[in-house]
Amino acid sequence: MNEPIRQTMEVPVATGDEERYRLRMGPQHPATHGVLRVELELDGETIVVCDPQVGYLHRGIEKLAENRTYAQTLVLTDRLDYIAAMANNCGFCVAVEKLLAINPPLRARYIRTIVSEMSRLSSHLLWLATHALDIGAMTVFLYCFREREILLELFEELCGARLTFSYTRIGGVRQDVTASFIDGLQRFVDIFPDKILEYETLIDTNRIWLKRTVGVGVVSREQALSLGLSGACLRASGVDYDIRKHQPYDAYGLVDFEVPIAQEGDSYARYRCRMEEMRQSVRILQQCIDQLPPGPIVSDDAPDLHMSQRIIPFREARVSGFGTALIALSHKTKPTYPAGDIYVATEVPKGELGFYIISDGSPRAYRMHIRSPSFIHISALKALSEGALVADLITNIGSVDVVLGESDR
Amino acid sequence: MEQRAIAEAVKAQFPEEVVDIVDHHGQVGVLLRPGRIVDILRWLRDSDTLCMEHLRALCGVDNKKRKTPYPERFEVVYQLYSISLRHEIRLRVLLPEDDAHVESVVSLWEGVNWLEREVFDMFGIRFDNHPNLTRVLLPDDWEGHPLLKEYPLKGRKEWQGLVDLKEKVKRLDQYGFYAAAPTAEEKEAKAAAPVKAEAKVVENAAPAGEESKTLRERDQA
Amino acid sequence: MQVLLLLFYIVILFTVVMLHVAYATYFERKIIGHMQVRMGPMEVGWHGLLQPIADGIKSFFKEDIIPENADALGFRLAPVVSLTAMVGALAVLPFAPGWVLADIDIGLLFIFAMSGLASYGVILAGWASNSKYSFLGGLRSMAQVISYEIAMGLSLVGVMLLSGSLNLSTIVEAQGGSFGGMYIFPQIIAFGVFFVAMLAETNRVPFDLPEAETELVSGYSTEYSGMRYAIFFMAEYVGMMVMSALGAICFFGGWSGPFAVPLFPALWLVLKIYAFMFVFIWIRATMPRYRYDQLMELGWKWLIPLALANIVITAVCKALF
Repeated sequence: MNEPIRQTMEVPVATGDEERYRLRMGPQHPATHGVLRVELELDGETIVVCDPQVGYLHRGIEKLAENRTYAQTLVLTDRLDYIAAMANNCGFCVAVEKLLAINPPLRARYIRTIVSEMSRLSSHLLWLATHALDIGAMTVFLYCFREREILLELFEELCGARLTFSYTRIGGVRQDVTASFIDGLQRFVDIFPDKILEYETLIDTNRIWLKRTVGVGVVSREQALSLGLSGACLRASGVDYDIRKHQPYDAYGLVDFEVPIAQEGDSYARYRCRMEEMRQSVRILQQCIDQLPPGPIVSDDAPDLHMSQRIIPFREARVSGFGTALIALSHKTKPTYPAGDIYVATEVPKGELGFYIISDGSPRAYRMHIRSPSFIHISALKALSEGALVADLITNIGSVDVVLGESDR
Repeated sequence: MEQRAIAEAVKAQFPEEVVDIVDHHGQVGVLLRPGRIVDILRWLRDSDTLCMEHLRALCGVDNKKRKTPYPERFEVVYQLYSISLRHEIRLRVLLPEDDAHVESVVSLWEGVNWLEREVFDMFGIRFDNHPNLTRVLLPDDWEGHPLLKEYPLKGRKEWQGLVDLKEKVKRLDQYGFYAAAPTAEEKEAKAAAPVKAEAKVVENAAPAGEESKTLRERDQA
Repeated sequence: MQVLLLLFYIVILFTVVMLHVAYATYFERKIIGHMQVRMGPMEVGWHGLLQPIADGIKSFFKEDIIPENADALGFRLAPVVSLTAMVGALAVLPFAPGWVLADIDIGLLFIFAMSGLASYGVILAGWASNSKYSFLGGLRSMAQVISYEIAMGLSLVGVMLLSGSLNLSTIVEAQGGSFGGMYIFPQIIAFGVFFVAMLAETNRVPFDLPEAETELVSGYSTEYSGMRYAIFFMAEYVGMMVMSALGAICFFGGWSGPFAVPLFPALWLVLKIYAFMFVFIWIRATMPRYRYDQLMELGWKWLIPLALANIVITAVCKALF
């Protein structure tokens, strides 16, 4: 039983003249943002072969979705990109609403826009924090968390959760916003542009930061399209593709904002794009606060959130939450889930999150495919990092902004 | 361009390949035979009037438990979008149950690599001329393809890798931590034990009472 | 008697420096904490004042783990080598007139030698750990020390030229005659080079590549734990102090100050060392980390030519005036 385990360090795989050093980075590594594993073959510190591997967080969400009602699947979408769970909730609801031909009321659409942008900010703040920490700037990390905390507290006030919200409902949102929430949001919107300046003074004028990011992980326009990048990674390569503009959902067609685009395609361009996106998010938030219309927050023909397999009109449960929803149980009607398939993409902080849902007329999705940006971005790491140094790989992992929960599903 | 018009254009260009055109909620899907999928996608990507440069998603579908007018069991679905012209189309390639395979499109879009690996992983659909068609999310020695409709929700058995790992932990444990922890059987035995113990107490209760009584009597005596 | 007295001095110096090391960690955490809008240690004692002692006790009582496949001798030796070399360098530092353990004529060279030796500990740790991250950390440390040792040595040649001595006490006394009583003014280029090289020698941010947390997990000390790790930690802080003292002695006039302090003539030097330490910490809170090739580029393409130019300028000036 107690056989001795002696093994020497697996040194170099000799291939021809050069000797390579094989390093398996992760899944337990401080800079891999979760459980990403990267197999590297190094020549000195230069990466010759970079092979990212995912799957450590695979929970079979697509399989689970086939066995649950749409309302139950909503909870699973929280677990995709757990840093911006609200954006996933919205994306899923938009997709299912399109499938069921439900039109959420205007107020709900505005509230969803607000929470989407808030989660975009909170995701970008976490990205900036960890990206800066990866490169070695420790202070930015804590500055970002200071502001992120305000956002999380607002979320908590809104729906009682800080990480996995399940706040939106098919056909609307769960609870109405309160006046104190709007006040808190307004305070945040007022102070946040100054805070962005603060981060920029700390890192943007820093020569070392520029040296570490400019010209690192360059992706050309054609390569970015070929790699299937989306979100800020694609826009940093000069492609004007933002689903909020291309195929507006929720209230994005009703607010005014710009899509920041850079041409260089390197880590610094991605950084700049996201920083500008934060400014635009603040702009959207301000407009949403100003324009927020009164009215119901859930559509009349929305299905019930209960675990029932039948569709139930939501009339009684329109304003408050769960208690009155119980009354709605008495209004049982026959299910009217149309058969067919639908692909709806939304712009989440990481990129394009698409839901391809096939319905066969039952209250469960027959098949749900999640087009997760992180999955595709991780596969692009190979193209970004081969030929670069180990330190550049860390920069690249940070700058493409991946979340493993979304990648592995 | 309207989705319907794109679908018609595909049909005009490749009349042999198009099986059907379906429309759901304003989204048009073109059902195709698998033969010339690379040509079709290349034409869609490079054509000036269509210019579908962005492959949004690629996924597999198992039609076993769904009524479709087509005999084929599998589908591979390509979602295409034109960023410059802002239109989209869905291509659904029908694949038969036995020998489901389709040409890989990695030559057109590099990023498809992992998406095709995922479809292989989940459905077992093979992609010809794929550079590295291995499992991506599941371990390499996983048995079965989980998104097939006959695959049970809870899986069939423990993954061999985990079984091996547990054995390895046992084998390598030199300090007896693992040995000290109760095994599953011991745990079961333990879980069952309290019931037995209770029963014993009940059995013993009467004699104990009698005994104490006799002791008291002895004291009194 | 002489030997006993010397031993007494050694014990005093060692104790004082070790206490400084303990509280340097405390102040580093406090200062960085406040720079990063948080409190730093608050729990142990008033405002966490006893934290370093608690840390010391904790690391002392932790299980001593030597990885199965590590080279046990090298693994045990490495932290000791690091600490011994760094503590050895303390012997030649003059804290005040006559307050020096070994007033040798090659004091400056001795410090170079000792700080060079300390990096052997790091390399040995990287090699003996038999772990890939440690190994890369060790390699990085080796390359870094070789590159920056040269720049540092060359930057101090100007000081040697001006003072005409390698004895640190003589260097301090020689500064009395120069402008402002400090060599920083005539040797401003040299100080710039020295300062950057000093950060690199002590593996501090932005040159902390050997232990780059996000790349190499913890670099050469990945496999270390408990007291051995603490010894590395001590060596790093003693190194910081030695380098701060060297900077203060060679460029800021050592113990000389605006007025003489009666009972504690070392006060000015100590204050200067504190100021240096603060800058170390300040930089750590502000800067990102260099990349390996950029570090080499900075060392070889900028610092060494600058230091050489400084030598030429100093020599010419000295010959002319």
